[in-house]
Amino acid sequence: MAELRRVEEGKGGTTYVEALHDALWEEMEADERVLVLGEDVGVYGGAFKVTEGMIDRFGPDRVIDTPISEDAIVGAAIGASMMGLRPVAEMQFADFISCAFDQITNFAAKSRYRTGVGIPIVVRGPSGGGVHGGPFHSQNPEAYFTHTPGLKVVQPATAYDAKGLLKSAIRDEDPVIFFEHKFLYRRIREELPREEYVVPIGKARIARPGRDLSIVTYGAMVWEALDAAAALESEGIDCEVVDLRTLLPLDDETIFGSVGRTGKALIVHEDTKTGGVGAEVSARITEHCFESLDGPVLRVAAPDTPVPYAPPMEAFFLPNAEKIARAARALAGY
Amino acid sequence: MGRLSDAQRLELYRFMRLNRVVEERLVNLYRQGKVVGGLYRSLGQEATSVGTAFALSPGDFVSPLIRNLGSVLVRGYAPRELFAQYLARATSPSGGKDGNLHFASIERGVIGPISMLGELIPVMAGVALAAKLQKKDVVCMTYIGDGATSTGPFHEGMNFAAVRRLPLVVVGENNHWAYSTPFEQQMACASLADRAKAYGMVAVTVDGNDVEVVWEAAADAVARARRGEGPVFLEAVTYRMKGHAEHDAQHYVDKAELAAWRDRDPLERWARALADRGIASAGDLARIDADVARLVDQDLEVAERAPSPAPGAALEGVYAESRPETEPFFLRYAEGKR
Repeated sequence: MAELRRVEEGKGGTTYVEALHDALWEEMEADERVLVLGEDVGVYGGAFKVTEGMIDRFGPDRVIDTPISEDAIVGAAIGASMMGLRPVAEMQFADFISCAFDQITNFAAKSRYRTGVGIPIVVRGPSGGGVHGGPFHSQNPEAYFTHTPGLKVVQPATAYDAKGLLKSAIRDEDPVIFFEHKFLYRRIREELPREEYVVPIGKARIARPGRDLSIVTYGAMVWEALDAAAALESEGIDCEVVDLRTLLPLDDETIFGSVGRTGKALIVHEDTKTGGVGAEVSARITEHCFESLDGPVLRVAAPDTPVPYAPPMEAFFLPNAEKIARAARALAGY
Repeated sequence: MGRLSDAQRLELYRFMRLNRVVEERLVNLYRQGKVVGGLYRSLGQEATSVGTAFALSPGDFVSPLIRNLGSVLVRGYAPRELFAQYLARATSPSGGKDGNLHFASIERGVIGPISMLGELIPVMAGVALAAKLQKKDVVCMTYIGDGATSTGPFHEGMNFAAVRRLPLVVVGENNHWAYSTPFEQQMACASLADRAKAYGMVAVTVDGNDVEVVWEAAADAVARARRGEGPVFLEAVTYRMKGHAEHDAQHYVDKAELAAWRDRDPLERWARALADRGIASAGDLARIDADVARLVDQDLEVAERAPSPAPGAALEGVYAESRPETEPFFLRYAEGKR
């Protein structure tokens, strides 16, 4: 990840994990309805320190250390939100969100539709591989939730977006599943605006403009796609990189606009391929942009296996700039 | 703990009768093919629903399961609203989006269930948690059947509520059956209360077919929760007198056992007790019964006259902001609407 290393060398600015911390802190300062609950979020400050120092500032009533009970953490967040609070529930690793699947997909997601009672909660946690976490600390569970009407699903790629999107998620009237890529936590940093800002949910961004093909991606893969685009530049291939930022709802306008301009689409995600977010993006592009397409819609994604543990196997499993460049080269030449 | 006045004792009778008659009318509607989906009775369990909900105060929250129709009647839902739910009318509390007791109103202090049992306990723990943080005088009450105490969410929710000493009353309705699975195949514990005690929770077991006993235990539990002494588990021992739902003829239930429990019918027992204690004459009770029948007839007529929801309303209400579906470009193109 050359791009990441470049960013890391500059030591100024705010890291991705600090941006999340700052977003949460600012929202808790500004709105006393906001509270945090999860495992080891209080005294310990969270396994990845997203909630560091918060229990001292906001007290144990608003920074709640819970038993190891993901279902009860999310369930309690749902109940508290019904009373007008704005709970932010932490999953220590996003892998464990499976333990709260029922509360999220059946209670939170369907409540407004069935009963008119909205559930403004955020369920956040670190997802993704590249840190040798093995099958249960590396997963990308977003597709389970993008398939669930009533939820919003977000995954920022930059520190700027991490902060701005988390603030939007906390202020949103509906349940937001917020995946933070743990590989990015301390590997990227940037100068953030001093003034208050938010990044709206549901809006993608063009991470790099280009003419020849659109690489549609999100999360840590944005950086791999940018690396691939930089490498292909010398070959005369000009890639546009679309960072989805929000996976549900998808920003059709930005996706279709980009593919309409370039005529070619390569979708990249770290999650496994079958039934992933890429499948949905591909189907939408086919339904809406068929007239503009000059080639097949391609996907680069992890193979359909659990995330392997041994570093050489994990490196083989994860998509990277090289794999993206290979697919982009083939597509550009079609 | 206070005592019931005679007027309140008659109210308990009225709510139990209302509970039963509404369900009897629902059975008729079910047989006429008018109920959308299944129908789950609480026959024989009315004292538990009515007696517990009657112990709550106006600002409290109750979260019924599908056999707690009596609880929502006590909390002020009208029969017409409940009929509209089962008939899937536009006027129902869920606007036709969901059935039976699956609805909620924060203003009215009712949070309905989802079908996945056990999940209400963590959610109601969250309502209680928020109320405690907001320093509101709120007690939460929810229900769990003997079968659903075997779920993971029950364990997580009970433990969470106990650890945080939340103002929550969990009513364990031990009706002996989870669909066709008897209590003995559900757990090795002797009682539901034994399960609750394992969480460090105060737990009591009462005769769930004696409405005054149920009320007294519930009032005590609610008072304890209100005083900040933490959650209470109230096991009400009762019996499911019908199958899991109307389609189920409960062939797996011993006929003698069923007959023995029929003799303990909570409504008839309460009627006898009111008469024996000189609180109401047969005529007084007949007048209440007639009033209930009149109300139910009126409300059923209103519900049956109500329209079905517009099919397209199915798209509304998924999110706070509406998000129209975009027709695929190709469809518009092919149909010449380009």
